[in-house]
Amino acid sequence: MTTGFVCNLPLEDMQRGRGKVRDATITMAHGSGGKAMRDLIHDVFLGAFNNPLLAPLEDQAVVSLKDLAEGGDRLAFTTDSYVVHPLFFPGGDIGTLAVNGTVNDLAVSGARPLYLSCGVVLEEGLAVETLRRVTMSMRAAADEAGVLIVTGDTKVVERGSADKLFINTAGIGVIPAGVNISASRAQAGDKVIVNGYLGDHGCAILLARNELALETDVLTDCQPLHDLVRTMLKVCPDIHCLRDATRGGLATVANEFAQSSRVAIRLNEAALPLRESVRGACEILGLDPLYLANEGKLVAIVPAANAESLVETMRAHPAGREAAIVGDVMAAPSGIVMLNTGFGGGRIVDLLVGEQLPRIC
Amino acid sequence: MKYVDEFRDPVKAQTLLKEIRQLVERIEICRHRPLQIMEVCGGHTHSIFRYGLQQMLPPEIEFVHGPGCPVCVLPMGRVDDCIALAQIPGAIFTTFGDAMRVPGSKKSLLQAKAEGADVRMVYSPLDALKLAHENPQREVIFFGLGFETTMPSTALTVLQAKAEGVRNFSLFCNHITIIPTIKAILDSPDLHLDGFLGPGHVSMVIGTAPYDFIARHYRRPIVVAGFEPLDILHSIWMVLKQLAEGRCEVENQYARIVSDEGNSLSLAAVNEVYELREFFEWRGLGSIDHSGVRMREGFAAWDAERKFAVPNLKIADPKSCQCGEVLKGVIKPRECKVFGTACTPETPLGALMVSSEGACAAYYNFGRIDISGLTQSLAERRAAA
Repeated sequence: MTTGFVCNLPLEDMQRGRGKVRDATITMAHGSGGKAMRDLIHDVFLGAFNNPLLAPLEDQAVVSLKDLAEGGDRLAFTTDSYVVHPLFFPGGDIGTLAVNGTVNDLAVSGARPLYLSCGVVLEEGLAVETLRRVTMSMRAAADEAGVLIVTGDTKVVERGSADKLFINTAGIGVIPAGVNISASRAQAGDKVIVNGYLGDHGCAILLARNELALETDVLTDCQPLHDLVRTMLKVCPDIHCLRDATRGGLATVANEFAQSSRVAIRLNEAALPLRESVRGACEILGLDPLYLANEGKLVAIVPAANAESLVETMRAHPAGREAAIVGDVMAAPSGIVMLNTGFGGGRIVDLLVGEQLPRIC
Repeated sequence: MKYVDEFRDPVKAQTLLKEIRQLVERIEICRHRPLQIMEVCGGHTHSIFRYGLQQMLPPEIEFVHGPGCPVCVLPMGRVDDCIALAQIPGAIFTTFGDAMRVPGSKKSLLQAKAEGADVRMVYSPLDALKLAHENPQREVIFFGLGFETTMPSTALTVLQAKAEGVRNFSLFCNHITIIPTIKAILDSPDLHLDGFLGPGHVSMVIGTAPYDFIARHYRRPIVVAGFEPLDILHSIWMVLKQLAEGRCEVENQYARIVSDEGNSLSLAAVNEVYELREFFEWRGLGSIDHSGVRMREGFAAWDAERKFAVPNLKIADPKSCQCGEVLKGVIKPRECKVFGTACTPETPLGALMVSSEGACAAYYNFGRIDISGLTQSLAERRAAA
């Protein structure tokens, strides 16, 4: 039950039609290390991800250091696990999340993302077709992001021990020389920039669960950000801070920056890019869009002198069409994020304690 | 966004603020002390903090955050009862979201859920009834909570369960009523309120007539207010105008939603299902006569209190908590001994720290009146903690 993708079946055998999964659902046998698992790996995973680094199916992918060193002088390395309910939602699925999420974690360091791993935990009884759909989405997302999925692992757990399908992806990328992005570099006077509409992903997931009897046309914003970041670095090599605003949204990233850099951040409510439909859903449910999750949004802190031209450049990129300056950095009070409300008042934007819970009335 | 942005217009806000400042000049009390205006409803507290209204108003106007946050006034013993019900084998316990984190004497519903109780968040009592249909072998209990705002929806759900003959659905009724509570606050000797913002959504159900005694007997102005920031500023302006002109009346700012006579269909459903309790225990405020309702005898089959052995233990509030004084406006949240130190949103001692409508959580999360002063002091508290 606990063997990896590793399998010695030569590629030609697969091409001769051997190693097809014939079961409709995942069983414990698919994690047992035997034939069923070999077939699953060849048919579903290698079938979707096939590339020269993965194809030998060794215990590890082997990457040339020389090739890596040509792209920069530091390696970026990250990992993230993906658990989402439902697995498929408007505009994406757990597979697109698992690729783009890790690609973006690399991208916001300024790195060029190169290779991903893919570890899956499958619940006994999962439809093989579901897994196929997800791996095909992962392949499509990897192609779009220009990364290869080069190693992996499969586990099957008994029904009830996991919720259908969990994915972990780790990723490596190379950071070009001279790029120095860190959450601790925000300085008084800097500007805060986002690359577009906030909260789409959180809103799409909430509504896809179908518990609210609300309907909107909001899609997840799941997208790779590495090319946008590359474009941004061309215009402004001295980006101070950069993070993708996933769980906890803009509010959480702003708090992380304020605390790491020991500065205050002042957001401007009127400048926040928000879709009407997301605002509407938040109004009805009593949620704050500042805390809603995104899967294709970054928050950048940049020197004021570069801010306007950077936003202009971002708006010319498909991943940054609604980019906007949404706030600024002040010296004090250290570690605090504030919001100037569109109504003319002000308030603190703190970290969430737990999940946002809808209000009674 | 239509029907929202109109009520958040910063230009209109400035116009109102200018008039509010002029009225303050005309009010005699303001020369000696700040005016104290209680917003009864937690929804108003939330809006006041969310839009930073206090810092926009002149310092002569102070908000006193009233008892109208249903999860805040829920005593710990009742939360313990909820957990006992949720732990009945086979039961599905359903609740509105923000009741999940309220601390009981040992744990919250959220913790009980993590330990294995089947606690589910729903958005409407009808969702709970639907769960009962879908799980005929299991008892589905709904945690009925809130003032007259939510009472009609639970009453109508019980009526529907009865009509459909659903036997595996019951309501744990913890509804409370607003009028006896306001009266108890007005009778409190340590309180000096100058006027009220009346609850908007409660009034949508009960109308404005039940507030007459506040104006007539207690000689205080009350303005039933909407929840958008302009609604609240407009209502403050109306209260001040009454004070400046020496009037004490019940006025209705929220006329687009609230009628003087209330909603007769809702009231009929409420009266059919519920009757007043002799008294009800409030967190921080103690026992208030006739301030809660229970289900009538005829609905015993859907009444979780009659159907199951609810422990109904009285648990004293933690000694260090000054929730009662905060609820009555005697002290500000930050003046409480444990605010921001022992009692934070992560580790709430008092329920006022739990819900975003609770005065303490709102102070902690959204900031104090003067944002520069506030943020500094909050930062200092955290540094010290």
